[in-house]
Amino acid sequence: MCAKRLHMPDPLDVLTDELIMSQIERGSRVIDLGCGDGRLLNRLKVEHDCSVLGVELDYKQFVACVTRGVPVLQANLNKGLEDIPSGSFDFAVFSQTLQQVYRPLAVLEEILRIARRALVVVPNFGHWKVRLQVVMQGRAPVTDSLPYEWFESPNVHFLTMRDFRDLAMRGNFRIVNELPIIGNRAVGQAWLPNLRAHSALYVLERPGD
Amino acid sequence: MVTDIEHTPETDPRSVGLVEKQSVTLFHPPHELTLEGDKSLGPITIAYETYGQLNDAKDNAIFICHALTGDAHVAGRRRPEDRKPGWWDAFVGPGKGIDTSKYFVVCANVLGGCQGTTGPTSLSPATGEPYGINFPFLTIADIVRVHKALVDYLGIERLLGVVGGSLGGMQVLEWAARYPDSIRSAVILASGPRLSPQGIAFNAVGRRAIFTDPRFRDGDYYGQEDKPQFGLALARMIAHITYLSEKSIEMKFGRRLQHSNELTYDLQRETEFQIESYLHYQGKRFVERFDANSYLLLTRAMDYFDLEEAHGPMRESLARTDARFLVVSYTTDWLFPTSQSREIVSALLDARRDVTFLELDSPHGHDAFLIESELPMLHDVVSPFFDVTYASHARH
Repeated sequence: MCAKRLHMPDPLDVLTDELIMSQIERGSRVIDLGCGDGRLLNRLKVEHDCSVLGVELDYKQFVACVTRGVPVLQANLNKGLEDIPSGSFDFAVFSQTLQQVYRPLAVLEEILRIARRALVVVPNFGHWKVRLQVVMQGRAPVTDSLPYEWFESPNVHFLTMRDFRDLAMRGNFRIVNELPIIGNRAVGQAWLPNLRAHSALYVLERPGD
Repeated sequence: MVTDIEHTPETDPRSVGLVEKQSVTLFHPPHELTLEGDKSLGPITIAYETYGQLNDAKDNAIFICHALTGDAHVAGRRRPEDRKPGWWDAFVGPGKGIDTSKYFVVCANVLGGCQGTTGPTSLSPATGEPYGINFPFLTIADIVRVHKALVDYLGIERLLGVVGGSLGGMQVLEWAARYPDSIRSAVILASGPRLSPQGIAFNAVGRRAIFTDPRFRDGDYYGQEDKPQFGLALARMIAHITYLSEKSIEMKFGRRLQHSNELTYDLQRETEFQIESYLHYQGKRFVERFDANSYLLLTRAMDYFDLEEAHGPMRESLARTDARFLVVSYTTDWLFPTSQSREIVSALLDARRDVTFLELDSPHGHDAFLIESELPMLHDVVSPFFDVTYASHARH
């Protein structure tokens, strides 16, 4: 039940965690929006000496965070994060969640209000398997990294890497880094990433920051 | 609450069993306590109870701050024949939310109360008569200072946690601001940094009910046959409504009638509806155990409490402690709505403190933290919170 809410299958979770951790400097203040059971934050706290805060709506996941000793707020990302003072964090992690909020642009604005940089991991609906399923079978796609039938999917938006770049432009966010995730690897410079990557990590900031 | 399976206090493994009311007298002259209102008070007797064992390092102590009309009797029974256990028995005991097999738990009656700690019903050493209305004005800070003296007396340098709901939560905030180095964690339930003007309004009506009771006699009623029971009962009835919610009243009573299935069309019948009968019952039970002067004093202390007024902005006053915070509110609490808890959380984030916040879904309004059916959820969070606090301290 929890697994379906926010996260992809395990090996990819570990990969994503590693990838995110590689982007975060030691001793940073990190907020994870949709932090699940607090696994990533706990690692950042223990291994990278970060001070951390999770945001999670699901009660069971929330309790798992408390049990791990990860401070956590129960909050709905759609309703906004208005209680969190501006500039409270160095990094905001927003992993596999953007496509699940109703107003992604407004949420990204909020994220870059509370944090200097946002680490956003999004699924790429431009992946060739997705395209093939739509074209060949004429059906809504179900793949390893997008394992949901359309009627039970928590994803309310579908975007590709190209779409994300457009969104960043529209929101006036600067893409500091774009890391397509192809197979089990994040690739700095990839050939045809919008076709080959199942997900991508974006590092965003406000220009002038 | 009576459970389905009745255990005797001695046999129930989940109960703290038989407990003893303890007391100590501190602040002997010339070391009286100078109260916030500038008067001094002493000696002060503090009634308290403890559960579990204080370990050798004295680092496993949790102090519980009771609410407005609570007392030191949190858990277990004082006598085997007691009909009811302490007020938080479902939450405090071996294996419970606050686990007495791991932690040493202390609760003390508040200053100005009427359950053993010095208050208006105590005899004034100057006159040999009860203090009555002449009991000096006191604040939440005074209450906490007295409890800190008790904790010192018990030889506890730093509490593992302070926990309290409602007026108890205000005390927890005061602990954090006043004694930042004396606590490792703070648990604030259904509370806020101040009472809302709406809350003051309800208190005002309650006090008015007491003042206008002819038996109140300007607070000098102790020698009298009849006490201001009508005023005090009315005050309780009004306050009790603020502890419930529209939903809980609907669930528990609806529009059901108390005595028959039909309306009587009789104005003299005061308890036709079940909710009326319930409020009357609450009022009646309350006057058996509570003192009107104490009620005036403590509701006033609650009105006066404003953490920011007393200690400056919370983002500064709460930044002085390294304590971990847990803040919990309830969806249907309109006396201390979630916005009040959020204000605390926001300040703690601004102060870069370790804070966990949860709004629990409950139909039971402000009283939810005392309702047995709501306690498993609180247990899920409070129990690991203390365990982690204790373990992280042990690591250092």
